[in-house]
Order: sequence, then C-alpha cells, then structure tokens
Amino acid sequence: MPATIHPIDSERRARHVDDLDHGDHGNGRRPPTDKRTGGGGDNDNWSDRPRGARGPGEKLKRYRLGVFFALAGDLMFFVAIVSAFFVSQASGRFDAYNNFVNQWLPTTIPPVLWLNTALLILSSVTAEIARRKMFHTFDAMEEWFGLGRPTSRRAMPWLAATVALGVAFLAGQWLAWYQLSLQHVFFRSNPSSHFFFLITGVHGVHLILGVAALITALAGLHYAKQVEDRQILVDCSVWYWHSMGLFWIFLFLLLAFFQ
Amino acid sequence: MTPELNPEPSRATASDSVLRQPASWHRRYLFSTDHHVIGIQYLLLALVAVAIGTTLSLLMRLHLVWPDAVLPLHGPILPEDYLSLVTFHGTLMVFFVLTTAPQSGFGNLILPRQIGARHMAFPRLNAASFWISAVALATLLAATFAPSGGSISGWTAYPPLSAIASSGPGQALGMDLWLASIALFSVASTLSAINTIVTVLDCRCKGMSWERLPLTVWGWFTAALLSLIAFSVLLAALLLLFCDRHAGTSFFVPAGDLTNGVLHPAGNGSPLLWLHLFWFFGHPEVYIAILPGMGLTSMLLANFSRRRVYGYRVMILTTLLIGFLGILVWGHHMFVAGLNPFASTAFSISTMAIALPSTAKVLNWLALVWRSRPSYKTPLLFTLGFVSLFLTGGLTGPILAQPILDQYLHNTFFVIAHFHLIMAMAGVFGLFAATYYWFPILSGTRIRPGRLLSEPLGRLHFWGTLIGAYATFLPMHLTGLAGEPRHYAQLTAIPGQAGHLLAQTLPLQRHITYAAVFLALAQLPFFLNLLRSLRHGAIAPPNPWDATTLEWHPALQREPSAQASPSEETIVVYRAPCAYDSAPDQARFLPQWVSGTKAE
Repeated sequence: MPATIHPIDSERRARHVDDLDHGDHGNGRRPPTDKRTGGGGDNDNWSDRPRGARGPGEKLKRYRLGVFFALAGDLMFFVAIVSAFFVSQASGRFDAYNNFVNQWLPTTIPPVLWLNTALLILSSVTAEIARRKMFHTFDAMEEWFGLGRPTSRRAMPWLAATVALGVAFLAGQWLAWYQLSLQHVFFRSNPSSHFFFLITGVHGVHLILGVAALITALAGLHYAKQVEDRQILVDCSVWYWHSMGLFWIFLFLLLAFFQ
Repeated sequence: MTPELNPEPSRATASDSVLRQPASWHRRYLFSTDHHVIGIQYLLLALVAVAIGTTLSLLMRLHLVWPDAVLPLHGPILPEDYLSLVTFHGTLMVFFVLTTAPQSGFGNLILPRQIGARHMAFPRLNAASFWISAVALATLLAATFAPSGGSISGWTAYPPLSAIASSGPGQALGMDLWLASIALFSVASTLSAINTIVTVLDCRCKGMSWERLPLTVWGWFTAALLSLIAFSVLLAALLLLFCDRHAGTSFFVPAGDLTNGVLHPAGNGSPLLWLHLFWFFGHPEVYIAILPGMGLTSMLLANFSRRRVYGYRVMILTTLLIGFLGILVWGHHMFVAGLNPFASTAFSISTMAIALPSTAKVLNWLALVWRSRPSYKTPLLFTLGFVSLFLTGGLTGPILAQPILDQYLHNTFFVIAHFHLIMAMAGVFGLFAATYYWFPILSGTRIRPGRLLSEPLGRLHFWGTLIGAYATFLPMHLTGLAGEPRHYAQLTAIPGQAGHLLAQTLPLQRHITYAAVFLALAQLPFFLNLLRSLRHGAIAPPNPWDATTLEWHPALQREPSAQASPSEETIVVYRAPCAYDSAPDQARFLPQWVSGTKAE
C-alpha cells in the first residue's frame, strides 16, 4: 500500500479547464487561501497547470498585474506633469530692457491641505485593514465552505470608512480651492497657480475614480457570488487607493516645499 | 459503445463552455471579446485609415506639382487645405495605421496563439480598447467637417499654432476634435498595452519560458512597454494643451506671443516644453510601430531559410535595448528648435548609440538568409523588402543625428524621405509580410478553412510596391538636399534665388508624384488578392510554412478540419522556436509543441 495517495490522473486532467473564468476559484474545489501547492501531492504544483487551472491565486495575480501596470502608466502621467512643473518654474524671458523676467509667483498652499493629507494617510490605513480582512485565512476558508461571509462582513466597515475618508479628503481639496479663490488665486492667475490647480485637480479626478472603485468593491462584497471575486475587487481597489495616496504625498511635498 | 456511455462527460462540458458562442451576431462579431475577432476589427480599422491616408498623400503630391488644379467637389487646394492634408495624413498613418495594425491588429490576432493562450488577459478590456480606438478614428474624421475645416498644425501639433484657436482656420473646433481623438487613442493604447503586457507575463502556456518566446512576442512586448510609458506622457501633454486652449493657462504659450493680431502678454509658457513632452512620446512611438515588424522579420527569415536565429538571446537583448534607447533620444527631433547645444550633443550620442543594436539586427538578418537558398514565397519577399527599406532608411539616420547636418536638413524633404523609408515603408512591408504569412489564420473560421493568398498576385504586388516605394522616396533625398522645404503648400512661383533653386527640383517633383500614384495603384493586386483568396484561394495545409511557432498548433486552429473538440487540449512547449533541421531535406523540423526529438 502506497504511503501517499496519488490522485487519479484522468480525474486531474478533467479539471484542466482552460477557460478564463471557469477555472478553480474556490467554488467547491480549491480553497482560496493556499497559494503554493496544487494540493494533489507528489510535487503537484499549480504553476505547472495550464492556464485557468492554476489555483485560486491565478485570477487575482492577473488582475493585480493589470492594476500595477496601469499604475505604472499613471505614474508616467504624473511624472510628465511634475517635470513640466520644474521646467515652467525655471523658465522666463528677457524683456525689452534685457532683464530676465520670471513670472512664477509661488502659490501659498492653504493649511487645510495638511489635514487632507492626514485624512488620506488614515484612509490608506483603513483600506489596508479592509484588504487584509479579505485574505484572513480562517475567515476565507469559512467563506469558501459556505459558512456565511465573514471576510466580507469584517471588511465592509473598514471599506466604508475608507470611502468616507476619501470623500472627506475630496471635500477638503474643494475647500482649499475655495479658500484660494477667496484670495483671488485662480487656475489662470499665474504659472504657479496653473500647476497648483492642475495637480490637485488631476489627482482629485483620480481619487474620484478611486472612490468609485471602492464603492464598486463595497457593492461587490454584497453582490459578487464568489469569494475570489470579492477578494479581487477589494484588493485591486485598495492597491489603486494606496498608490493615489503615495502619489499625493509626493505631489503635496512638491506643492508645499518646492515652489 | 453508445454515445450515451461517454466515459468522459467532463470533457464534453468543458469544451462546450469553451466553444460556446453567443447567439446574436453583434455579440459574436461587433462587441466580441474574442482576441481573434478583435484583431481583425483592428486590422479593418487600419485598412480604412490607410485608404484615407493614402488618398490624402496623393492629393498632397498632386497639389505640389499642379498647385492650380481644381479638385472636384472641393475647389482649389488652398494653403490651409494643404496643411490640413499634412495633418490628417500624418495623424491617420502614425496613430491609426502604424500603431494600430502591427501592435493591436496582429498583436491580438497572433500574440495569444504564439504564447499558447486562448485569450488575452482581459478580454472585455480588449474589446473596450478597440471601441475607444474606433470612436477616436470617427472623432478625427469628424474634425474635417468642422465649420472652418480640420486642424492644420500637423500630427505633432506644435504650439502656439495648436494652442490658440484664432491662429488659423481649423484651429478652433477642428483642433479640439483632433485633441479629443488623440486623447481617446492614448487611453485605448494604454489599456491595450496593459492587456498585452499582462498577457505575456501571465498567460504563457506550460514550458514557454522567456527564452523560448518567439521574437515577434518580444517585439510586441517591448512595444507594449513603450506604449505604456509614451502614451501616458502624451495624455498629460494633451491635457496641458487643452488647458491652454480652454482654461486660460499658458503652459505652452510664451509671453508676448503675437498670433494673428492678438497679443498674449502674460505667462511663462514655453513651446519647447510641448516639444519635449510630445517627442518623449513621439520617438518611442516610432519603435512601437517598427519593433513588431523587426521581430517578425527575424522569425520569418529563420522560417524561410530553415535556420535557427543566430544569437537568440542577443536578438532579445537588442530588441529590449532598441526599446530602452528609444526612450532616450527624443531630443533629436528638436535640434533646430532652440535646444541647448550640450543637450543636442547628448541626444546625438544616444541616437547614434541606437545604430548599434539596429546594426546588430540587420547583420543578423543578413547572416540568416546568406546562402540559405530559401524559397522566395511572398511573405519572404516582403520581409526582405523590410530589411532593404530598413537599411536604406536607416543609413540616413546617423546623418540626421548630427546636429550640424540636421540644421540644414531638418525642415527639408530629406527628413521626409528618411522617416517614410524607415518607418512608413518598412512598417507597411512588415504588415504585408504578416498578412501574407498569417492569412490562413486570418481567413480561417469555424466553418471555413483557412486559405492562402495567391502567389503570382503577391509577387506582382511585392515588386510593384518595392519599386514604387523606392521610386517615390529615394528622390526626396535629392530634392531635400537641393533645399525643398517640407510643410510648404506651394513650391512654384516663389521669387528670387530660392524660387530658382526649387524650380530646378520640379522635374523630380513630377517624377515623385507619378511614382506615388504608381505606388498606390500597385496596391490594387493586393486588394484583388484579399477579396479573391478569402473565398477562392488555395486551402492552406495545417502548417503551411512548416513553422515551429505555436500559432500553427493544431489545437489553436479554428478550422473545420481541426479535431472535434480541439480547444481543450493542453498546450505544452518543449523547445525554443526555429528548430529547423539543417539537413538538406527541408521538410524536417521540430515545432515548439512536439515532444521528443523525432522530426516531423
């Protein structure tokens, strides 16, 4: 009698359904927590399986990669704007009397931005807690077994808190714009104010998209049928949110100290 | 045994789920998420764009030679009409043909197959990318119906011409539509690049290690990385330009700028900033257009000469190196724009550095076919045409990379000749080679077998196009050296010494125009061939070119002759591509998917 039980080969082959959305994602076959082995014994490794049958982490990995490369492109978008910032800051012209004129008048940032930054960092903390709740091994196993939705239930409040903090940040940014407008500093006022409003505006649009993603994830916690899909929704939204927080810290430092 | 006692019920259900087709035709053909259908959609989009773009270029040529000719339904071509023709020809060809067809068209059609995948990583995103591109093309074409005509600031949209609505006809609504179109295209290309990158990273079949990837896949992958970087920057630049036009900012408009009688007193804006941002996109764009063709050239030359690609790793490395250096050379488009001379030197050096990996590639291609006695099928002819045009166009590269020579040549037809040979013609020859080579895949459906394009018509097409291409673009070097400026609507009736110089180029101008018409007519055999072969061409054998790469794997074919439920078979790769036996018996080769060492 063999010491280990080998899975019947034909049965294993039957599982190799190379279809994008019909692979193993914990819908009664593989738990969504084990990321390392195929679980079939005998050095069974999910990496050796055909695509679509590489275990529960496969779809998550694919979506994560997608989000990371999208963020890499987005980073270049911000890098372009920031380099334009430095070029504009340094450029000027010679007037009729051969004086070098630089029209850049640094925009004093409204102090509320400090509070906003704190809110955004806090929202990243709550988002990360929500994300980790989704991958809590014990809860994910229970959810996979069909014993309620503990991960979703525990992540929900943290995700909602992130949305609230995100909306608060956006309201704070709007307040900063409003305060500047009271001082008659507008988008068109000065090369420096061009960049202040452009950077905060573009970042704000990204955060609106982020809030939309988080709300989608919240809805997904309720409506998505498979635990793996819920994990993907939360994970990808949160990684996007973290990146926007990180981008903001750099942009904020730029606006606060490098004008 | 009765069919009811099927021992493997799970097999049947699995293949059902794979082969399940949506019932309605618009789900199957219009809004399909199938990479095969999306690839063909992209190719059709590029075909529409190339037809319009070619017509526009012919109008430009006709106007240069006969400036007084009256166009039916339009009237005489005014200078602004000419600039509009330049703009739309460039925009259509660069974005909607040379970016779309190799990277998105053949990238979608072939790339998943070559890595043994049956889907792109994100099929719905893929469909969204295509439809955004289609809307972008429609928006661009709509710009021609703007009240004062389409935009006139060229595909490079230099400010202040592009930043100020009153700077010329077509710069108001026409320019806004141009901006919207290119912004949409940037978004679509970025999404498509993400899809391609993740597909290559995550969807390779078992055994498909990085070194076993065909060089075509390396080309698409590198081009996708470049797309991701470049189009994001272009999007930022377009946003700044939009703000300049509509939000009262002055990112690109300098203080004291007097445009069309309107003085812009304030602002720190710098037109040079646009040039930096634009060409940071624009130069990688060139490599996005040509890298897939370079990969294809390596693979096709190896296939037809039945040899391994020499130094496969070096070829991978040169692909990546060309991509990397391509990011660092944008300044060579700006030598005459008032760049710091030290910066010019740096950009000149990085530009000449690109000649190293490019030369390595050309030498590799030549060594591949050297005395290999290949069978000169049409795909090979077009591939050799690619090498020839890449070499001819490439040789003027180091000349233009010298800031001091570029001072004279930059705004002449010499540059037009350079980039039309190396980018436009080489790129198009790559596309033709791909079309002739992959036509069985392109034309095969689940109910019809794949067919081959006709060889005699293909040869006619090749020789016509090759002669036409050289006859059109080689003389432009001479007119350029003689001083013919580009972007000038009219070269005749110019007073003084300049007019005398230009008058001397007029016979050559006429020749170029005739050659351009000939080049356009030489495409008729191609269209005839496409239409005829789609239904009546010779039925292609399963692996018509005795290729080793996975797109000819029987399980990936969608033909009626393929096995009953082919899609379920697990695809495994056992070796690097191009395992052709060097024995004189040329039928012996080992495809990537065949295990063991027994030759087929």
